[in-house]
Amino acid sequence: MSLLAPGDDTQPWKGRYYPYDLVKELCIAVGVVGLLAVLLTVLFSSPDDKPSTIAQWSQQKPADFVTAAVKELDGTSDTAEYGPPYNHSSASVQHFSFLHPQRWLGVSHPIDTEKDFVVGPLETISNDPALTAALAQYKAAPETQKKGWAEAYAKPLEDTATAEEEKKTPPGTVSESNGLVTVKTAGNAGPVPLMMARLLALAKSGGVDGSLLTGKQFFQTDYTKPLLFMADGGLLGERAAEQHLLGDQWGLMNETGSYPGQPWLWLYALWYQVEPMKSSPSADIEVLLIMSLLSIAFVCVPFIPGINALPRKIPVYKLIWKEHYHARGSE
Amino acid sequence: MMGAVFNLNHPAHTVDWEFIHLSLANVVVIGLMLLVFVLAIVLPFPGAASRQAARGRGDAS
Amino acid sequence: MSSVAPDPRATQAPEKSWTVKVREAGVAALPPEKLLPDGQPTYVASWIYMFGVASIAALIVIITSGSILALKGPAWWHYTGIGHFFNSIHLWAVELFFFAMVVHLWGKFWMASWRGGRSRVWITGAVTFLVAIPCALTGYVSQQNFDAQWISTQAKDAMNSIGAGAFFNLTNFGQMYSYHVLLLPVAVVALVSAHVLLVRKHGVVPPFELEQRKAALATAAPSAGQDGSSASTDGGAQS
Repeated sequence: MSLLAPGDDTQPWKGRYYPYDLVKELCIAVGVVGLLAVLLTVLFSSPDDKPSTIAQWSQQKPADFVTAAVKELDGTSDTAEYGPPYNHSSASVQHFSFLHPQRWLGVSHPIDTEKDFVVGPLETISNDPALTAALAQYKAAPETQKKGWAEAYAKPLEDTATAEEEKKTPPGTVSESNGLVTVKTAGNAGPVPLMMARLLALAKSGGVDGSLLTGKQFFQTDYTKPLLFMADGGLLGERAAEQHLLGDQWGLMNETGSYPGQPWLWLYALWYQVEPMKSSPSADIEVLLIMSLLSIAFVCVPFIPGINALPRKIPVYKLIWKEHYHARGSE
Repeated sequence: MMGAVFNLNHPAHTVDWEFIHLSLANVVVIGLMLLVFVLAIVLPFPGAASRQAARGRGDAS
Repeated sequence: MSSVAPDPRATQAPEKSWTVKVREAGVAALPPEKLLPDGQPTYVASWIYMFGVASIAALIVIITSGSILALKGPAWWHYTGIGHFFNSIHLWAVELFFFAMVVHLWGKFWMASWRGGRSRVWITGAVTFLVAIPCALTGYVSQQNFDAQWISTQAKDAMNSIGAGAFFNLTNFGQMYSYHVLLLPVAVVALVSAHVLLVRKHGVVPPFELEQRKAALATAAPSAGQDGSSASTDGGAQS
């Protein structure tokens, strides 16, 4: 290792020692830190914003819910077009130069949004002949027909959502009343409107939450499906914006409410705010590669010329060891 | 839920400058870290007499 | 003839006994007086030296409060006041842990504490900081509240982008809870233990030698100064 640091001739200490009780020091430290944690708890407690459910989402934002649901059906939602590890699409596949780890690691958590998020939950509804017939009609149709039906239903919803985002007057093809959504479809939407109406009703009752979580097995701890479905809608993002948790709000450093978050992530958050990462579709892998290099450099500080010389050049040490230098000087 | 003396469950105030947007709580924590670091290296540490005695009598341990 | 009775535990273990080798290596590296010394060098005279033990103290509070949360299960803190109390202690202890670690890190950097063959002390400390970050992340996504929902659905994109999402699924509560409660704390404790044992082995890094003293020593007798000079030039590591 001396090859890596030729300038270091630090010698072992041959000087004086004074009595120092390490065990007592640790006990005092635990007491002090423990009391400080209790004091902060008494003063500020901790945040616990209740989680959103699909039931709440469908009740509070029914139009947003069916907009997301029809996109899951026709495979145009963020999850449907994501790519590995959920499916073989590519809209959210990131890479850097020749590095394509997302693709290399493959589809390890397959999700078929049409089946898992829409048709599957609908099939749990019994004693509904109209729905049974609609599902049969849908499943028997060719892919192009399915896409055409879904598009006819989705277009007015997307146009309305876009108008609302841009603060323009909506086209009036979507209306909400008593929690129900009526869509003036752009053409023949086949069985899709009925399917969406039933899915909305099922969601409001909590049936979609249950179906996505425990539909296939009783004991479950994997919330991927309900979370991805909700994330394809607008409710989580709306709550996050209120809590300053969005990316351009430096959200990954923040906690809900006015609590301190993770200030130690400042450098990680910073890279997302500067170009080219800021507008890059592969921002995540780019930022992680930068942070990996910086982390390796951090670990290797002892060996990096210039960096390892800074403490000697900028004499903060004269403050730290002032008593030692003073005692040495008066000898 | 246990009541806290100060309720921090309201949207955060932020410190904004150019493209930097930090929550006030995080700025306070970072500021405290810097302050505590400076105080730690500047404030005298107890036991000076014991250390001086060790230097003086030539204790090797 | 010895007047001391022979130790009944002593055996005629062959020289290649692994047990004897491990014991002798351990005792050689860290005899009891080095493992738990009752003194420190006289230059250990600043409050900055307290932040290593403060970090360990915070880690102890984290593990204690975390163990209580684990005893009662992950839903407990949402519906009882006492559960929320311990969750709050756990959260604030994490803030104190990172606070103390960062101040400790700043102090150790400005002391160039990797000098004199102490590069592994720096390395284990830096890696502890880096491992503590995913330990905290897995905690945040295990909260089972809105914060957990948001962090998991956002951070999953970062994990997926580097392929880690294929085997480290932030939206899988069971997996994340296991990492948070067992795997990553074990890693942090192992790293902190190695870090502290290395500090005991090498001792706390001595101060830089001031230039005027080095010059004085160079013109004086070739032997070391009477209170143990520790010459060093620009910071650097040495094996």
